[in-house]
Formats: sequence, C-alpha cells, structure tokens
Amino acid sequence: MTAPEAPRAAFDRVLLLVVPAAAFMLLLFIYPFLYGLALSFNPKEGGALANYAHFFTTDNLWPTIWTTLRLALPATLINVGLALPIAFKMRVKSPYQRWATTILVIPITLGTVLIAEGMLTYFGPKGWLAQFLQFFHLYEGSIRLTHNYWGVLISLVISGFPFAFLLILSYITGIDPVLARAASTLGADPRSQFRHIYLPLLAPGLAMCFCLAFVQAFSVFPSAVLLGSPAGPTRVISIAAYEAAFEQYDYSMASAIAMIMGFVQLVIVAAVLGARSLMYRGPVSAGKG
Amino acid sequence: MDHDFNELRLDGVTRRFAGAGGLAFAALNELTLTIQRGEFIALLGPSGCGKSTALNCIAGLMQLSGGSIWLDSTRIDTLPPEKRGFGMVFQNYALFPHMTVARNIGFGLKMRGLSDANVAPRVAHALQLVQLTGQEHKLPGQLSGGQQQRVAIARAIVIEPPLVLMDEPLSNLDAKLRIETRAEIRRIHKELGRSTIYVTHDQDEALSLADRIVVMKDGVVQQIAAPHDVYAQPANLHVARFMGYRNVVEVAIERESGERVTVSGPDICLTGVRKQPLADGRACIAMRPEEFTLGADPGGSNTISGRVDNVEYCGRDSLIDVVTASGTRLYVRANGAPQAGDTVYVHIPVERTLVYPHE
Ligand SMILES: Nc1ncnc2c1ncn2[C@@H]1O[C@H](COP(=O)(O)OP(=O)(O)O)[C@@H](O)[C@H]1O
Ligand SMILES: [Mg+2]
Repeated sequence: MTAPEAPRAAFDRVLLLVVPAAAFMLLLFIYPFLYGLALSFNPKEGGALANYAHFFTTDNLWPTIWTTLRLALPATLINVGLALPIAFKMRVKSPYQRWATTILVIPITLGTVLIAEGMLTYFGPKGWLAQFLQFFHLYEGSIRLTHNYWGVLISLVISGFPFAFLLILSYITGIDPVLARAASTLGADPRSQFRHIYLPLLAPGLAMCFCLAFVQAFSVFPSAVLLGSPAGPTRVISIAAYEAAFEQYDYSMASAIAMIMGFVQLVIVAAVLGARSLMYRGPVSAGKG
Repeated sequence: MDHDFNELRLDGVTRRFAGAGGLAFAALNELTLTIQRGEFIALLGPSGCGKSTALNCIAGLMQLSGGSIWLDSTRIDTLPPEKRGFGMVFQNYALFPHMTVARNIGFGLKMRGLSDANVAPRVAHALQLVQLTGQEHKLPGQLSGGQQQRVAIARAIVIEPPLVLMDEPLSNLDAKLRIETRAEIRRIHKELGRSTIYVTHDQDEALSLADRIVVMKDGVVQQIAAPHDVYAQPANLHVARFMGYRNVVEVAIERESGERVTVSGPDICLTGVRKQPLADGRACIAMRPEEFTLGADPGGSNTISGRVDNVEYCGRDSLIDVVTASGTRLYVRANGAPQAGDTVYVHIPVERTLVYPHE
C-alpha cells in the first residue's frame, strides 16, 4: 500500500503580478550592481583586488569612509532624535498638527540643491544670520557655517528631518492611545508612559527609520560639494567615486569605491536591524488578538 | 495615592462636547451620586448615553466641564489619573502588547516603586485570583479573549485600588463566557471589599452584579435604586422600556384614587398603579410580557381579550403576540400553546400595571 500522495500546491496565478516588479528590479538594480561588482575586480592594471588595495592604501581615499560616517551618523542621530519628541508631541490630531506637518515637510519638496542655495545666502559670512546677529550685537565674531563640516551637517538635517519626522509620526499614530491611558490609570506619569509604552513599541520602527535616514545621509553628494569643502573635511566617499569616474575616467576604480560604500552601509544597517530582531515586533494595538 | 476612602462623592459632574454646528451638548449632565466603600454600582443605559464619559471623568482620563468629585473631604477632579490610583478595566482590554502577562499585571506595582521581589508574589496572587496561573509568560496576543479580559481585571486590581472602574468589560466575550466571568467579577469584588463602578448596556448584567443601579439616558440620570426597585418600580417610562416593559399602551385616565388609577382604551379597561404625577387626562401603561397570565375565558377584572397572532416557542414558555379588536398588540410570555387565530384572555395584576404620564 502506498501513502496517499500529498496534493500538489496549485500554482497561484496572482503571483504573476509580481513579474513586472521583479523584472524591473533585475534590470535596474541587480544587473547594474552585478555589472559594477564584476567591473571593480577588473582594474586598469594589476590583479583582481588591485582597486581595493589601492583604496585602502591611498591617503585621500580610505579616510573618506570616516569623513562620510562622521557626517552621516550624527546627522541621522540628530534627525531621528529630533523627530521623535516632536512627532510625539504632535501625535494627537489637531488643526495645529496639520499646519506643523505641512511646514516641516516643505524641505522634502525642495531638493538638496535648492536647500544649498538658500543656506549659502542665509548662513554665509555675509548672510542674513550673520547680519542679524551683528545688527543686534548678539555675536560679533565671524560666522563660518558654510564651506565646512557644519554646512553639510546642517543641510543633511534640513533635508533628512522631514523624512524621519513623517515616518516616526506614522509609527506613533499607529499606537493605540488607550494603552497610554491604561498606563496612566496604573500610576504611570507621562514620562513613564513614554518610556514603558511608546518607546518599546516604537523601537523597531525607530530602527527602520534610522536605517533609511542613514543610507540617505551616507550617499550625500550635492551638499558636500556645494556647502562643504570637498577637498578637505567634507571629502565624502561619493566625491571620491565621482572623481575616479569623471576626472580619471577609471570606471573600474569608481565601481570598487561604490562597492565599498555599499558595504559600509550594509554593515551599519545589518547591525541596527540585528538589534531590532531582539525587540518586540508584534501588533501595537490593544484589542483582542 | 492608594487612599482608602469611606465615600466617593460625585457632585453635579458634567461633561460637554462640541456637537454638530459647534453647539456644545452635554454628554454627561449633572451626575450626582455618593458611593460607599464596598459598594458595587452599575451605570446602565443604551449606547451613547454617556456611561463611558462618566467613567472617564471619574478616572481622570477626561476633564470635567462642571461639578466636582470628592474622596471623603479631598477634592480629586483636578488630579491626573496617575494620582487618583483607581483601577480601570477597558472595554477592549488595553493590555500592553509587548509585555508578558506577568509584566502587564505587575506594571502598576512597578510604577509605585515596588522592587521585583515584592512584585512577584502579588502578581502570583492576582493570577490565582483570576485563575490564570501558568500563563504568566505569554504575551497578550497569545491569549483568548476571555483570558485577556481576566488579565485586564488582574492588572487593575493588583494595585488594590480603593475603586475599580469597569467599562463594559464583558461585551467582547461570547454568551457562556460572559456569564462565567460575570460571576467571577462579583466574587473578586466581594473578596477585595472595595468599591466597583461597572458600566454596561445589558440590564441582566446590571441586575445580577450591582448593589445599586444608575440608569442613564442622554447624559441624564433617570433613576438610582437597588436592582429590585429598578426592575419592579421603574421611575419613568424610559426606564420601564429599558427594563423590559415591552408593552406600552397610550390610554385615557378614567379615575384616580390614591395610587390607583383606572384607565381605558378602545377595548382595554385596566386598573394600575401610578408611578409619576399624571396630567391632562391621558397616560401610558407599561406591562412586562412575563407578568401576564393566559386564560381561555374572561375571568375577573384587569383582563384584556384578543386574538393570537403569532406564537414563538422559547423552551420554558412561549412568546405570544396578542392583538386586540382595535389593533393594539400585546407581547405575552406564558406557558401553554394557543394556536394562531385563537381568542384568548390575558390577565395582569393591578400592582404590575404601571401608569406613567404619556409622552
Ligand atoms: N471625545 C469626544 N468628542 C465628542 N463627542 C464625544 C466624545 N466622547 C464621547 N462623545 C459623545 O458623547 C456621548 C456619550 O458617549 P459615551 O460616554 O461614550 O457613551 P456610552 O459609553 O454610554 O456608549 C455620545 O454622543 C458621544 O458621541
Ligand atoms: Mg461606552
């Protein structure tokens, strides 16, 4: 006697709907990635790893990793750290919330180049901020907030904050406010409510938000050129890749730098998401299961 | 916090909301009530009558628009909920989804600064009280609705609050579980000896649980009385309807002598008991279906004759629709099984025929 054959799972034709998206991914992401990866192991001269060896032994290349991290990590921390309390304050629906959200979101629509333009006129040595401070004798020294590290950091905050804010706001409004009310009847003051209810339920979302904001900040390019000092303290890794590709016409080297850039991002993201897997990630509503 | 009390006094507690067209309406209007230590009070009324509003005002989750709340001689309506220290059980449980059952229950103790070593035995005792021992390491999402509800109750009572507030705690449970949990709530209340305010729209729940029932309608208190009085002597027609007096008939007043009123309709002539002052010659009589008796001949007074229109068999008895010659429909619950079309005579005692002003 033979065991009855298990019925084969019928092919679900709805799955065909993912085909266009999969093809799109393959064409626009995976193919260029694999192409670049192969190219990076195919240097102009030397063995397969020559580009990577060159990167890590050249004094104006490998430090770009730190230069970029030094901008991207603080910018991400500031954005997430600032967005969290502000979004928390605005979790309750009010006309005021609509206005504030609109104002905070405007920078998203501007784009980095426009932000850089604005910052140059506002924060420059003869900009409005300097004139204002000097007019009221608040600060007499010279103001240097452009063409250096701070210029780029400020621009990363301006362009990255709305994104972090919107993401966190949507996470917070997804948490049932009745949980905080329940906590308050059990003796939790607003601080404890935040610490014991909101924060643990938000943590996975914050980790996600951190990753997305970090990746965005790590690939900073226009503001590093326009607002920073691209030869010195804000010579970020994307500038190095740009120079290799369009000044030395060494696409193979540029690919290698892009791969290194991707790897560093991957390490940070993997670390954060690894920590996230240790947190509670179930539903964030009260109700019955 | 944790102040035990002898009485909780609500004095004209009012809460208004901005209603349609910006007009403020009172979801809760002038609720005045004194609750003694150990009492079980039920707030009873249809959905939207302001029960949750009342409970939230007492808990401190909602600010008052008027009135005051007193614990003995301390005014508490300006305190935030965490300073009042009342336990609250929410309609949808509101368990913290990221905490285990034990941590959910221990939360209030932890907020009071108790060490883990002191929290554990009290949590264990609370788990035992709601018969959930062995479930302490599960997350709320892994429990059934009934179990979640018992965790919510344990979480509210483990802090030994002087007052426990419950907002329709059984409405999400199925019928069988509802009756079991109801008995358990009563047992826990007795065991703790503290006061409970229990919100429900189900009169059976209110009748079986409460020492006193507060019947509400549109934010206004209609009657505050012991279950038996609310059941047998509703203060007005609204309460009567809500308590199951399904037969309400508008009639003319013939004669009033003392409490007794004789009324008549086209083919009805009954004597009943007056519950409210009457005026302008007309009144409404209210009668419960189960207080009729069914006969085949017109024996005695307070009897109405009619034709059986429909019979619904309910096991112990039947629900019989009787229509009089002029078309008045009466709902009668009685033994015996008349056929549709039969002519029957229904009798109701004078003291069970309640007379109210007409609407
Ligand atoms: N936050 C609120 N804003 C405006 N109206 C409310 C609010 N909460 C309750 N109400 C209104 O108050 C009335 C009473 O509500 P509620 O106390 O929840 O009734 P119940 O609990 O008896 O069903 C309802 O008409 C409801 O629409
Ligand atoms: Mg309610």
